[in-house]
Amino acid sequence: MNKLDIAKSEPLWNTNKNIIYIISFVLMFLIALPLFGLNSFYLHLFIMIFMHAVMAQSWNVIAGFSGQISLGHGAFFGIGAYSSSFFFVQYGISPWVSIFIGMFFSAIVAVLIGIPMLRLSGHYFAIATLLIGISFQVVFQRWELVGAASGLWVPLTQGDSWSSLQFHSSKAPYYYIFLFFLVISFFAVWLLNRSKIGFRLRAVRDDAQAASSLSISVSNYKIIAFVISAMIMAPMGSLFGQYILIIDPDRMFNIEISIIVLLITVLGGIGNIWGPLIGAAILIPISEYSRIYLGGTGGAVDLIFYGLILMIICIFRPEGLISFVPKDILERKKQR
Amino acid sequence: MKILTVENLSRAFGGIKANEDISFEVEKGKVLGVIGPNGAGKSTLFDLITGYTKPDNGKILFENKNIFGLKPDKISGLGVGRTFQKLKPFADQTLLENVMIGAFVKENNIKKARNDALEIIEFVDLIEKRHHFARELSTGQRKRLEMARAMAIKPKLLLMDEVTGGVDQKTIPGLVELIKKMRNLGVTIITIEHNINIIMEISDSILALDQGKKIAFGSPKEIQNNKKVIDAYLGTVDDA
Repeated sequence: MNKLDIAKSEPLWNTNKNIIYIISFVLMFLIALPLFGLNSFYLHLFIMIFMHAVMAQSWNVIAGFSGQISLGHGAFFGIGAYSSSFFFVQYGISPWVSIFIGMFFSAIVAVLIGIPMLRLSGHYFAIATLLIGISFQVVFQRWELVGAASGLWVPLTQGDSWSSLQFHSSKAPYYYIFLFFLVISFFAVWLLNRSKIGFRLRAVRDDAQAASSLSISVSNYKIIAFVISAMIMAPMGSLFGQYILIIDPDRMFNIEISIIVLLITVLGGIGNIWGPLIGAAILIPISEYSRIYLGGTGGAVDLIFYGLILMIICIFRPEGLISFVPKDILERKKQR
Repeated sequence: MKILTVENLSRAFGGIKANEDISFEVEKGKVLGVIGPNGAGKSTLFDLITGYTKPDNGKILFENKNIFGLKPDKISGLGVGRTFQKLKPFADQTLLENVMIGAFVKENNIKKARNDALEIIEFVDLIEKRHHFARELSTGQRKRLEMARAMAIKPKLLLMDEVTGGVDQKTIPGLVELIKKMRNLGVTIITIEHNINIIMEISDSILALDQGKKIAFGSPKEIQNNKKVIDAYLGTVDDA
């Protein structure tokens, strides 16, 4: 066989089989975990990890895979939360349906703000998204239809209800729902990465000019990435709304949401599909525990701590914690 | 048959006329060499044809279709490939991935695109480097990467900006051979080249620019004996 035939006979992807075993094992462990009688604090901790992993993955799609640093991604979280709750409160539409409404609205907003904003590049795009994120909060604080500053209160059901997505006796159903969305989101991003769109997004990220010499419309692909990213973020807002049952602008459009997704991704490894999961699994427990031990004043100490972590990572390990995982666990040995 | 017709193409940056009233034609399957001293407007001309810079006025016909003012992705989609003087590989991706992104223009199936890309990588003689990241490759290899990536879109017209610039002497003959191999596949080529021996060797016709203006257009022989060219370009080379 000549070299070309050998090259053609290679498998298309260099994924190591090990990773499939690791994923299966971790997944089975996570499915079994609540059965061991986890108390509600630990269930909450895992729910927050799952939720933030997906939120960070959403940010990873726009920032890591297509190179646009968005600092207002919390907006899509809020839009998701408000759409699902609003349609449930006003029209009694099941949250299961309104999750999709939230995704739809997020996608529309992503296109509408994406068209003018993605013409900006680098710092200008980051600054613009930061302001958009804040302006959403301001608008929802004053918008009477959605309850203005006091927000929306989801009417409580009698007991647990799968159709209304409310569970009062245990957090375990929420745990499984968030885990389910985690798996779906990560699988979707994994597929995206291996698709033609994924290749083209990476081209746009690495060199926009070279990409356009290969018939890639840079602005269209940036919008595609923005829309996909928004549609991953929105369901987390919807589910979080159903989890806490109070949807107010201060919480749902909090600037901290936009910041923490960035921190998690950078900590875990930006541009790597596993980065957001590793980042969330480490940062969220730190954040929750600091809230317990430092009480109400913990908020600010949190941020100082995050800043410190971010600096250390940027200086010593810009590839994130995922880079500590040996390459050959993730990848098959390539012929080089 | 003419594949490209450029008429009275102009572009000014502020007061500087980077390209002024440039007209020429390229025959299908031929090689056009573009020469001129630094600042003559060669790269600007490439950017105007490929859509990276908007022309002020003039006419650009590719296969009798007006491509004046179209965006780069539209123009490359019509089958106009290019390489860059300042190399622009997708640095954090492998050679294979770089070329695959080009191959996706004509092929949606991932496996087929991969195999198409591998054939082109074999064509540019880098098959053993296919899994190397672009940033790990030498300058000469990255030139080949850009040529492979541009070839992957199956271009009818390929614009190459200084293929032999910035590489060491012993790398040059291989690159020149590669340009000839591309021409033999029937691709029409426009190439910017500083090395006058190479341009004489590979070109069917030559366009000479100086200070944004066309000073000569003709066969290599005609250009070699053109007084204006000798004054503007060859003369300066001899002086140096």
